[in-house]
Amino acid sequence: MEKRVTFSSWTIGILFAVPQLLLIFTFFYWPAGQAVYWSLTLQQPWGGGNIWVGLDNFRSILSNADYWNSITASLVFAGISTGLAMFIALVLAALTDRQLAGSRFYRVVLIWPYGIAAPALAMAFRFILAPEAGFMAVVNQVWPGFWDPGLDGADAMASIIIAFSWKYVGYNFIFFLAAFQAIPRSLIEAAAMDGSGVMRRFRDIQFPLITPTIFFLLVINITESFQDSFGIVDIMTSGGPANATNLMVYKIYSDGFKGLDYSGAAAQSIILMLLIIVLTIFQFRFIERRVHYR
Amino acid sequence: MSMIKNGLAALAAGAISVSMALPAAAAPTKFDFWFGLSGDLARVVDTLCKNFNASQSDYEVVCTSQGNYDATLQNTIAAFRAGKQPAVVQVYDVGTATMMLSGAYKPADKLMEENGYKIDYADYFPGIARYYATSKGEMLSFPFNSSTALLYWNKDAFAKIGKTEAPKTWEDVGADLQAMKEAGYECPMAINISANESWQLMEQFSAIHNQPIATKNNGYDGLDARLEVNKTKFVQYVTDLKKWYDAGLIKIKSKDLGQDMVQAFASGTCQVIMTSVGDHGTVGKTQKEGMNWDVAELPAYAGTERKNSLVGGASLWVLSGKSDAEYKGAAAFLNFIHDPKTALFWSTNTGYIPVTKSGFDYMKSSGFYDKAPFKGRETAIASLTASEPTEITRGIRLGNFTQIRAEFGTQMQAIFANKVSVQEGLDTLVKNGDAILDRFQQTYPGKTLP
Repeated sequence: MEKRVTFSSWTIGILFAVPQLLLIFTFFYWPAGQAVYWSLTLQQPWGGGNIWVGLDNFRSILSNADYWNSITASLVFAGISTGLAMFIALVLAALTDRQLAGSRFYRVVLIWPYGIAAPALAMAFRFILAPEAGFMAVVNQVWPGFWDPGLDGADAMASIIIAFSWKYVGYNFIFFLAAFQAIPRSLIEAAAMDGSGVMRRFRDIQFPLITPTIFFLLVINITESFQDSFGIVDIMTSGGPANATNLMVYKIYSDGFKGLDYSGAAAQSIILMLLIIVLTIFQFRFIERRVHYR
Repeated sequence: MSMIKNGLAALAAGAISVSMALPAAAAPTKFDFWFGLSGDLARVVDTLCKNFNASQSDYEVVCTSQGNYDATLQNTIAAFRAGKQPAVVQVYDVGTATMMLSGAYKPADKLMEENGYKIDYADYFPGIARYYATSKGEMLSFPFNSSTALLYWNKDAFAKIGKTEAPKTWEDVGADLQAMKEAGYECPMAINISANESWQLMEQFSAIHNQPIATKNNGYDGLDARLEVNKTKFVQYVTDLKKWYDAGLIKIKSKDLGQDMVQAFASGTCQVIMTSVGDHGTVGKTQKEGMNWDVAELPAYAGTERKNSLVGGASLWVLSGKSDAEYKGAAAFLNFIHDPKTALFWSTNTGYIPVTKSGFDYMKSSGFYDKAPFKGRETAIASLTASEPTEITRGIRLGNFTQIRAEFGTQMQAIFANKVSVQEGLDTLVKNGDAILDRFQQTYPGKTLP
């Protein structure tokens, strides 16, 4: 009979998991639970006491036109900036992968934007897109009144989308390039010998083979566009003009910390969390079907 | 084992108490002061703190800037909930109602009395004191940095249209701006319409014209006060501003667009602005070479019986839950700030005005207002003391007023972008503002303002 050391698989499993569980509990479940509790009460900001109000916070938020406007703005922002950031990154990565002249240089440089903190890049874009002083001032000289993010909500939305996409092009680029380089050269060479052109090879070979990466980036980009947009909005538009860029995450901050309405902000963050969960489930349920993990 | 542990603990405790006890005889009591000013102003506060520490050896104030007013209040709340609050904190004007209901402070007048300081509260300019006092007139906090809004006007531009004086009425302003436009000025007047400008556009205007911002005497008489700016003279004012904006007489200037209005004025781009007396120094330091300018009281509509303008800035609150020794230090610190000599130091190095009559007199007698860079700042005092404060011009005592200001910015932007009419925009401002007030009232059930 072979002699072997055995462990109760249950206890040892738990033991290995405990540190991780503790971390998750402390930094996720506990604060999230606290947020749920706050969202069901009216908290006095200085901690003097609270009143149980049930679902009143949710009711008052969901019956507020400004909040629906904020949801719409967030979805528009998420949709356009994700599309833009992924499309540009895909094109750049495909070109870099083709070893065009200077591609080694691009490979390094294109990653940099992701390394810049959101507020810093927002500050830079604020200068670039300022209608009176920056690059857009030149455009405004030619077409007076063309660009006015101070009063035109669409222009302000465009500004934050540009800034956010610029940052995430760098992030997406890394993943796309890695995915392209993981495709065996022989496949592409064989296709080339069969006489298919660049576009054809991209459509029939490369694109299907990187769908897992595309799907991964789609989920990440949408999630981040709901969360990571805060610094950009705060520096560039502060949610204005007339709430045009008051994204959900920014509204949580301004209601909660500037307005000291902790309960309303907690309720909003629960709604935001649910929305992201729903969107992610939707993506896994319906879009992932088209992904081939080979 | 436990004996060793105890012994070690005792040893450690002994060592600590020795090390504490030895210098304790000489070491001053430390206490914290958190403030919300940054940059140049923060350096002035730091100097003020150093001066206080040098002036006596019993207490040592540790002054920490929290960056801005919002952050100061947020951080103080977080610290208070964790039991690590500073002894003294600077809270901006519109945070007053929030502070009064917080139950987290020690009344300033009581603190001074307990520690044997006699403060003559009648010495404060009434327009300043009433803003921070309870409805019964008790001072819960000490006015610190105070300002009011003034009209800055470019004398050269006005000379071009044959004027040597600033416009006194809004009717004159309209005519003068038109004349300047015809004289070839691209930007006769600059305004901004974000949340911050609620102060000069809505609050100051309403006070000067003795118009209420909210019912219940602007909230002094109860938490059930609700906004009413959609049916006062303010509607006419916004209508005029919008008309002048459409006619190209007023331009919107903000930092996001490239140049804020103070820069626009100092560089000579725009000829008239309304901003705090606190910017007086900045304009002087950054103005275009040789430009002639001056400040005047904000205009009022013709036929208005002019009232005092509102104070802006912040006051110093002493928080509850500190030791007696720290309170002694805090009281000494507040007494130091109250001193006319400190007022002179403070006003010389910042654009803020003295908050007491004795401070003002002391500065006048030392010739402060005769010298070039500071000349004109006395206009702020004249504006603040234009009349005895009325029930309405005492100030604004509304909960979560920061959010109402944000709503003001939102609706003004909607109005100026032609999304809504002036009346619609102000109606929405009142509706959304009331929802904020309603929520504040619900958060403090059964409580009343002191």
